[in-house]
Amino acid sequence: MAKKLMKGCEAIGEAAIRAGCKLFFGYPITPQNEIPEYLSHRLPQVGGTFVQAESEVAASNMIYGAAGAGERVFTSSSSPGISLMQEAVSYLAGAELPAVLVNIMRAGPGLGGILPSQADYLQATKGGGHGDYNVIVLAPWSVQEAADLVADAFDLADYYRNPVYILGDGLIGQMMEPVEFREDRKPVREIPPKTWASTGWKGDRPRAVVNSLYLDADTLEKHNRDLQEKYHRIRRDEVRYQGYGLDQDYDVLLVAYGTVARVCLTAMEELRDQGIQVAILRPVTLFPFPYDALANAAAKAKAVLVVELSAGQMLQDVQLAVHGSRPVHFHGRTGGNLVTPEEAASKVREVLDGRSEEVRHA
Amino acid sequence: MPSQAQAVFRYPEALREVTTHYCPGCTHGVIHRLVAEVLDELGVRQRTVGVAPVGCAVLAYNYFATDMQEASHGRAPAVATGIKRARPDLIVFTYQGDGDLASIGMSEILHCANRGEKVTVVFVNNAIYGMTGGQMAPTTMPGQVTTTSPLGRDVGLAGEPIRMAELISTLHTPGFIARGAVHQPLLAVRTKDLLRRAFRYQVEGRCFSMVEILSTCPTNWGLPPHEACDWLEKHMVPYYPLGVFKTPEGGDRASRPL
Repeated sequence: MAKKLMKGCEAIGEAAIRAGCKLFFGYPITPQNEIPEYLSHRLPQVGGTFVQAESEVAASNMIYGAAGAGERVFTSSSSPGISLMQEAVSYLAGAELPAVLVNIMRAGPGLGGILPSQADYLQATKGGGHGDYNVIVLAPWSVQEAADLVADAFDLADYYRNPVYILGDGLIGQMMEPVEFREDRKPVREIPPKTWASTGWKGDRPRAVVNSLYLDADTLEKHNRDLQEKYHRIRRDEVRYQGYGLDQDYDVLLVAYGTVARVCLTAMEELRDQGIQVAILRPVTLFPFPYDALANAAAKAKAVLVVELSAGQMLQDVQLAVHGSRPVHFHGRTGGNLVTPEEAASKVREVLDGRSEEVRHA
Repeated sequence: MPSQAQAVFRYPEALREVTTHYCPGCTHGVIHRLVAEVLDELGVRQRTVGVAPVGCAVLAYNYFATDMQEASHGRAPAVATGIKRARPDLIVFTYQGDGDLASIGMSEILHCANRGEKVTVVFVNNAIYGMTGGQMAPTTMPGQVTTTSPLGRDVGLAGEPIRMAELISTLHTPGFIARGAVHQPLLAVRTKDLLRRAFRYQVEGRCFSMVEILSTCPTNWGLPPHEACDWLEKHMVPYYPLGVFKTPEGGDRASRPL
């Protein structure tokens, strides 16, 4: 199929349909309204169903019901709405239901603002709701990658029976770029039949009970152990990242995800022209986080610089990965402000000439 | 006379032969049976998915012999919406108490009804939070003593009890809304008729349906079962009149005697 110029939000919606998802439940919130708007006219064209829910709480519980009935389903929202969905996300994880949730992050806390942000990193990667659970988190840096990761997200959700986030900043949702939907795409994992789904019990399989309630402590502990074992397999098998300039010599390793990594790439070119060698490691999966790859890449550098649209959230994972072996520096913008290539380059120079203070704790 | 013993009273097929956790004298068991009998009679058990609530009926998924989903507190109508929209061929019902439906789940039930989701809601109103130990519910009667209204419900502070059947029947969207009770055998039989009508509307793809059923809570009301039935008759029935409040054929209508 030929490339098409699309807004990120619309590409995400179209990618979901092409991944076989015919169900969307959502609630309006800026800056992701183009996803429900696009699907409200597009889903009926393909025999799908679009429901505008009364709230994010309801939308996310509709996702639970539809996922429990064995169908591919997704929702999208932005930060305050995603906070309201945390109840359902915990239940999805507990009941091991596959669903895809798109978070086009805006600046917080509270009502915050509607401009781009990456300040939901900790909520997304460390559980976010109550209980011990993890959600797979995929972070696109372009409209094309957003479309590709949406397709992968449905496969991963079905394979692991686990919720999956697409974590994009406002730029990913709002910018227009050429995008291609590959017709020859193969599933990233072979999906087993959903024999666990509640589709009507005719006696030819065990009765399906979609549930996260275990009143007996030992039974619930075993369930938790099984979940942890699953998260371990995800950590082992699903880490994704990209490196830029990692095979060359560099003094500073930049770590950034999403659109911020593109800014860093521009900064890297500017710095190269000035004879300053840097490399970039871009996590694509935020859970699982590429700890090992980052530790290896940091070992070649004199220092590590984390750049985020937050006050320093992924920074914590980078510090865990580097484990004190290299000084870790941070540059972040909040409130909806963006990092410019000049800013990132300037921070690198500060790191190298000693004007930047290393982050001791985050 | 038959030479061998014959079973003359059986579990409905849609009810599993397990011991329930409900307290002695509680009428949840009667209501479970009525729902199960209706599923059997309509022949829809094998394509039914029930949604259990949070509250006394939280373990309902252990009792109905259908596929089940357990919802978070109050969200059963949203979960049912997800199931029904994903698989319109399934018969979907929720089974919810008054704390679940009329308090934390008020938004979900109203919008589910207003969208006209083709699901059936079995709403069990016993005027108290049973599972958590007898706290005041939005349906608790004026002056009724609970663990969080130790001097009796003060309507000046907590407001009057919410009448859900009446409230939902004000929606313009077509629906079947009724209120029954099971504290007397004849009323139980008539309430089963209401449940049958409610599920039939869904089977026919007609409309949203909800049957509110007044229920006793001897444990948390602090009454022996037969006195609980009397209390319900004396205090609840006058405030929560029994009858059909709305039908898809007749649109909105006033309550009429059951």
